[in-house]
Amino acid sequence: MSNLKKRKRVEARLKIYGVASITVALLMLATLLISISLNGYSAFRQAYFKISIPVDMSQFATENGSLSSKKLNLYDWDGLVNQSFNSIFPDITKRNDKRKLFQIISSNSGYDLKQIVKNSEYSIGQKNMVVWLPLSDDADQYLKGRFNIKVPEEDRRLNDKQIIWIDTLVAKDIAKLKFNKTFFTAADSREPESAGILGAVVGSSLTLFVTILFALPLAVMASIYLEYFARPGRITDFIEVNINNLAAVPSIVFGLLGLSVFLSTFGLPRSAPLVGGLVLGLMTLPTIIIASRTSIRSIPPSIREAALGLGASQLQTALHHVLPLATPGILTGTIIGMARALGETAPLLMIGMVAFIMEVPNSFTSASTVMPVQIFMWSDSAERAFYERSSLAILFLVGFLIFMNLIAVILRKKFEKKW
Amino acid sequence: MSSLSKTILSIILLYVTANSSLLAREGDQISIVGSSTVFPFATIVAERFAKNTDFKAPVIESTGSGGGLKLFCAGIGLDYPDITNSSRAIKSSEKEKCTASGINPVEYLVGYDGITFSNSKQAKKFSLTKEEIYKAVSAKVMTEGKMIKNPFKLWSDINPELPKVEIDVLAPPPSSGTRDAFVELVMHSTCKKLYKMPKKGADGYKENCSSLREDGAVTEAGENDNLIIEKLAANKDRFGIFGFSFLDQNNDKVQGSMVDGVSPNMDTIADGSYGVSRPLFFYVKKEHVGVVPGIQEYADYFMALTKSGGPLEAAGLIPAP
Repeated sequence: MSNLKKRKRVEARLKIYGVASITVALLMLATLLISISLNGYSAFRQAYFKISIPVDMSQFATENGSLSSKKLNLYDWDGLVNQSFNSIFPDITKRNDKRKLFQIISSNSGYDLKQIVKNSEYSIGQKNMVVWLPLSDDADQYLKGRFNIKVPEEDRRLNDKQIIWIDTLVAKDIAKLKFNKTFFTAADSREPESAGILGAVVGSSLTLFVTILFALPLAVMASIYLEYFARPGRITDFIEVNINNLAAVPSIVFGLLGLSVFLSTFGLPRSAPLVGGLVLGLMTLPTIIIASRTSIRSIPPSIREAALGLGASQLQTALHHVLPLATPGILTGTIIGMARALGETAPLLMIGMVAFIMEVPNSFTSASTVMPVQIFMWSDSAERAFYERSSLAILFLVGFLIFMNLIAVILRKKFEKKW
Repeated sequence: MSSLSKTILSIILLYVTANSSLLAREGDQISIVGSSTVFPFATIVAERFAKNTDFKAPVIESTGSGGGLKLFCAGIGLDYPDITNSSRAIKSSEKEKCTASGINPVEYLVGYDGITFSNSKQAKKFSLTKEEIYKAVSAKVMTEGKMIKNPFKLWSDINPELPKVEIDVLAPPPSSGTRDAFVELVMHSTCKKLYKMPKKGADGYKENCSSLREDGAVTEAGENDNLIIEKLAANKDRFGIFGFSFLDQNNDKVQGSMVDGVSPNMDTIADGSYGVSRPLFFYVKKEHVGVVPGIQEYADYFMALTKSGGPLEAAGLIPAP
């Protein structure tokens, strides 16, 4: 009797321990997500100012009446923006004050204006345009209240005058926080207000696409071979041990392999998603092989034997019967491998994907970077506005992962068969 | 597999193979590697260069000075970088390697970087000598002509005029260029000048003159300088070692201690009176000029932006006088 009571108590304790560990894990996850969200949510908005710019568009016209991009490139857009901005504060005339004034608008605003003109439908006859351009990162942080104005003036990035100017702009309702579209449409930049995540998202997508294209077929073939065709023996054991060992090799080693094989021997380009994908593919290969083999092995032998008994060849049995049933398991293994590949930076360091890249990659061989690298580089930047941007990028990365897992769940549901 | 996914697959495979530039990088893009200290400045230059000229945006990797020069000197051709950034001058061994590959590196001095020994703004500003810093962080110190294990626990143990506060310093990891420069400029110079230690390479030089203490008074922080600043703001008795550009960006949170009586700022670093500063360079592969478009223009553009009052100075680079 007492024995039974004791056993029940032990069981209850075990249950409590289990609940406690789940609670701790969930609490940690929540703390992480909440603190990152609190740091990052402000990056959804960016300080912009509205400005009316007098510019005679007819000077950029070609003979057939369209805009000439050569003429646009030669024009002094920075000067134009600065002049127009100065006209909001006509009483600022001293050189030094002007310099301070221009520090509160983005140093890329001239370029941004040029892009607006290039991409939009300003007609040649137009003589004036009203646009919203970004304020500098310091002004942006000030408007978001992330700026300590209590310290002495000489220790601040913005002096008293600049703060008064920004306050004036806000009071006149020509400066405000708006949705930060740039963050979702641009690649990296050294100015926080011009930096975006799109380049890294595209880079990650291209890289992962190569990874899956390379690793999945190889892994499935390898596991089918090992499960169906390989004769048990020393060589098979040797291969098996090696695959299991490869799954535990530190990722940087795959980077070194990629450097010496893909870059040095085959002469593939540095910093390219193609090479990154191949390296990450090599890295995830063992994971997917192990998962695929387990999942193939778990298919009841009766199904296989029935197919063989009815006269199907090994190939037909594998492709028509076993593989479709094993798909959910293979997909789970693939997603685990892909998730690891998505968060990986170390092997990419060796093949040059840890780099500053200003253009959204447009092919598998153009220079690009990936999301974790982008986060790493922003969190390492001195400008404080990058802090919130790296937090938002982390949320984005987590979102990307959830999206990938969601696809896996949907596919798994679709292929799942009961017997 | 459905016919749709087959079509998609084949289209993508076609796209990959049809991309003719599979071999080597695209020839119109400058490739830059090298120092992580010069990296933030080089990226500013590259961005402006790409936005204000018709050349393609250069790709810049942060590989460290040594790693950059190794890649740079490996050979000529599109497989190798065109420019490398460096937070020290090229070594003679590296130069020989370059020459062996037929490369003539052209040196450009872009300016200086100071290394600061900083603490929270809420604490008192310290005035230290290099020897005092050495005594606070070195694994071994000299007492009565002998090197012994560092016994100092409080700042007042080193110099009675300093406050009675525990020594607690955050140092960059050995992989960082800031650490190398700190060791060379503060520790080695103390060893050589004050202790008359034998030159580099001699027995015991490394543990006597290059090792930081491991008894808890010095903590190695990660490569991330922003993290060091956060930690300094949280604990006012702590000190951190990092580059001047980070001090410049965070003047409201941290302050740089005076070293040998001089505060770190733009002027004192530029004229050399602040003793813990180092020159920053980049090296151009002359053989690639004219092959990859824009190299010479990039170099000239970089030098133009280093002028006093320019955007690089605003980012914390100290212009060469």
